[in-house]
Amino acid sequence: MEFLSPSTLEEALQARSAHPGGVPIAGGTDVMVELNFDRHRPEALIDLSRVPELAEYGPDGGYTRLGATVPYTAIVEHLAGRAPALARAARAVASPQIRNRGTVGGNLASASPAGDAHPPLLATGAVVEVASAAGRRRVPVREFYTSLRTTALRQDELVTAVLLPEPKGPQQFAKIGTRNAMVISVAAFSLALDAERRTVGTGLGSVAPTPVRAERAEEFLAAELDWEGATAPTEAVVRRFGELVAAAASPIDDQRGSAAYRRHALAVMARRALAWSVTDYRKGAT
Amino acid sequence: MRVSFNVNGADVTAEDVWPGESLLYVLRERLGLPGSKNACEQGECGSCTVYFDGVTACACMIAAGQAQGRRVRTVEGLSQGSERGGPRRLDDVQEAFVAAGAVQCGFCTPGLVVQAHDLVERTVGRGGPVPGDAEIREALAGNLCRCTGYGMIVDAVRLAAERRAASGSGA
Repeated sequence: MEFLSPSTLEEALQARSAHPGGVPIAGGTDVMVELNFDRHRPEALIDLSRVPELAEYGPDGGYTRLGATVPYTAIVEHLAGRAPALARAARAVASPQIRNRGTVGGNLASASPAGDAHPPLLATGAVVEVASAAGRRRVPVREFYTSLRTTALRQDELVTAVLLPEPKGPQQFAKIGTRNAMVISVAAFSLALDAERRTVGTGLGSVAPTPVRAERAEEFLAAELDWEGATAPTEAVVRRFGELVAAAASPIDDQRGSAAYRRHALAVMARRALAWSVTDYRKGAT
Repeated sequence: MRVSFNVNGADVTAEDVWPGESLLYVLRERLGLPGSKNACEQGECGSCTVYFDGVTACACMIAAGQAQGRRVRTVEGLSQGSERGGPRRLDDVQEAFVAAGAVQCGFCTPGLVVQAHDLVERTVGRGGPVPGDAEIREALAGNLCRCTGYGMIVDAVRLAAERRAASGSGA
């Protein structure tokens, strides 16, 4: 095994294309588990932790550009205003030690359906920036997840950043686990209202082979919400929204929870997220 | 491969490091620093918590090569690094663990001490208030105690923070 320590993005991309069997590593919270348990022995580790461009974040056009190796702790501490749902999700990741190391870039590249960053990225319509030695391209996150743990990322590409749209309304994140900390989610849900376009975004985690949206629920709520007066939706609308969110899931029974429980939990989280969001919306919070 | 970095103020070099091994392995098996404990090897238990460039992390989740040129502070470096006493003097958090009886089998203690030290530094150490129990529990959420002695551990952390606040010094 080789250990490669590129110090620029260009070097990192060259290393990526020269070592198709290599594994990029940043926070190591997934990669090191595989190595420690000898489940995987890649031909090379490509350490991204010394590439300054990947560790930066800041405004970029109408977006906040979040470098792929920025740890969750920085998102919690610095991006709660610019990316409220993602910051809430970041706060729900594992433990302080893991949040100090784990990254959204790693969540995207490994694409576990249980990754906490996925629901808010889906709900807010984030854009993934990927690059290879041949150049950069942008992939809407809603087209990024292709099948179980598989993404639009090509063999010679690295996730370099994710572009977070400026919030245009309330954003929420909720996660169910077997306890309050240090858990892989049983189900997760994110909701984002866009008061300018009058659209609704959703993201569902741990309830399908990939992170998914509940598009019918989004359309339903966008049509039913009182965007002008911000009156609370009726009980029937709230219940129907929960049902449509749950219907978008295709969960399995596993050691963390049953499919039926996941559907139930999703509907509950969707109703709660809607209530919180309407309250925020009425206050004029964005 | 060779990996050089700073541990507890001393520059060290580990030779013949396998590129896939963890910082934890390097510390324990190559540098003779067994304070950081090896338990779960998957970031779940916090027994190997160290400071890595000033922030706490599980040493089992850091590839050895990622430590090249970095600063690592282990539990051994808390007492030795104490500015107020000789090399044998325990850190305030360690003293509080002794005083509160927060140690049972002791295996989780080094990781807890490092993580608690970080909490105390980031709160009262920066002039903030003594953290409440909820904040203490949240800060220690990534450290498992198999003896389940969490009550006295929380007591110890609160005591360390209170003593630190009462001493009023930044040391």
